[in-house]
Amino acid sequence: MHRFANPARFLRAAQLVLPWSAGLTVALLAAGLYLGLLGSPADYQQGETVRIMYVHVPSAWMGLFVYSNMAIASAVALIWKHPLADVVAKASAPVGAGFTFVCLVTGALWGKPMWGTWWAWDARLTSMLILLFLYLGHMALVNAFDDPTRGAKAGAVLALAGFVNVPIIKYSVDWWNTLHQPASVTRVGMPAVDPAMLTPLLLMGLAFTTFFVTLLILRVRSELAATKIRAIRMVQVHGG
Amino acid sequence: MRRFVEIVRRDLRLALRQGSDSVMVVTFFVLTVVLFPFGIGPEVNILERVSAGILWVVALLASMLSLDRLFQADYEDGSLELLALTPTPLGVVVAAKVVAHWLTTGLPLIVAAPVLAVLLHMNADGFGVLLIAMALGTPTLSLIGSIGAALVLGARRGGVLLSLLVLPLYVPVLIFGVGAVDAAVQGFESQAQLLVMGAILLAALPLAPWASAAALRQALE
Amino acid sequence: MDGVLGMGGYAAYVWPAYGITAVVMLGLLITSLREMRKNESQLAALKQAHPRRRARAEEGQS
Repeated sequence: MHRFANPARFLRAAQLVLPWSAGLTVALLAAGLYLGLLGSPADYQQGETVRIMYVHVPSAWMGLFVYSNMAIASAVALIWKHPLADVVAKASAPVGAGFTFVCLVTGALWGKPMWGTWWAWDARLTSMLILLFLYLGHMALVNAFDDPTRGAKAGAVLALAGFVNVPIIKYSVDWWNTLHQPASVTRVGMPAVDPAMLTPLLLMGLAFTTFFVTLLILRVRSELAATKIRAIRMVQVHGG
Repeated sequence: MRRFVEIVRRDLRLALRQGSDSVMVVTFFVLTVVLFPFGIGPEVNILERVSAGILWVVALLASMLSLDRLFQADYEDGSLELLALTPTPLGVVVAAKVVAHWLTTGLPLIVAAPVLAVLLHMNADGFGVLLIAMALGTPTLSLIGSIGAALVLGARRGGVLLSLLVLPLYVPVLIFGVGAVDAAVQGFESQAQLLVMGAILLAALPLAPWASAAALRQALE
Repeated sequence: MDGVLGMGGYAAYVWPAYGITAVVMLGLLITSLREMRKNESQLAALKQAHPRRRARAEEGQS
């Protein structure tokens, strides 16, 4: 971890990774979309709507993965005072929120034909909704301070507090959901995943992951440049 | 420990001198709950069905009302910095302030809740469990809230931001609080829900002051 | 062709799902790229304008 402590070294490493992650994203996305939309069978129960799964499920994975990633970065930032970790956590949040939002909207678009309603208080969807609120809170907090470093540090504490809470929220929402099983909603769970569906699903999941890596590199570079700009301005104000 | 009691007393004295805090929180609680029958109609069975949910949701909002002042005044006049310089661990300071917050908001809410439960036609079987659940839940709300209150120190629009941060974290307390009361009203055991609430409280008891202390240290840097 | 575009009668759900995913992802990509370009070019301009202060600034930042 400490090998990347130096932002300059990170930038060099990022420069090497970026073409690969971007290229892989395009390739995986092409393969995943082809198999998902053309090369896989429709589900015998859900028909063609099952194809929504190939964007819905990977974005749910990413929503959770990015939050975990943020929490790990925040822990590193708090424990080792690592300057880059703060930046990574801050840069991740909007991306994670984007994935979570996509998961919710595609869930609604899947729910309408399958459940007959846009929104069911299904345990998974409800947990994702709360996750979205956690992301939004984090983003609001990070941007609420005049001093960006203070915002990043506050964000780190919040991300960790939220991360500890996520399993508790998940558990309580699951419990609450079994208690109030809505009678009108016929529950169509995840289809028993056919291998022909598993391949595009995994491909899309990988594509989303490499896409996240690509975005993260771009956003961290942007943040690092912004930090340097602020530093130069500070020197101008105080030294000039 | 002596410092702990001292801080609790000091905060209570300050709250009592300003006087209005507890009264305002309870007034908000009562007023908001009373709005619901106007919103959903006075039918007894409907009100009875939603009474536990209304009481808990409004209790969450009410306990959040005074949160932004948990550290704000001490932060602005610099006494928080003095508290941080004393040998007492900052976590203990936070815990003391949380206790004072709970005594001035959580406790009055618990006292007011049964009266409001009567207004909402809650089944009398639920009253006992409502009191226990609120006794277990409101301290958790104050504890989790202290993290949010510490984080927003010095932020723009701290008050609104605080609710955005804290409300999602309140969800488990809400779910099990309502679940316990609903179970009791319908004649079931609510021990399991109360045990979960107790467990959440026990987990929040050391963790929340620790996290708040970390956030306070950042604010004081 | 109808089979793919028609999505067995569910086109109104499947295509918007993919469309919204694409819009959000592209939106993130474009804003991130634009932000990065803006910041990096601004930084380059600042460095050019104040070449001597560059070292000091980077010292203060790390």
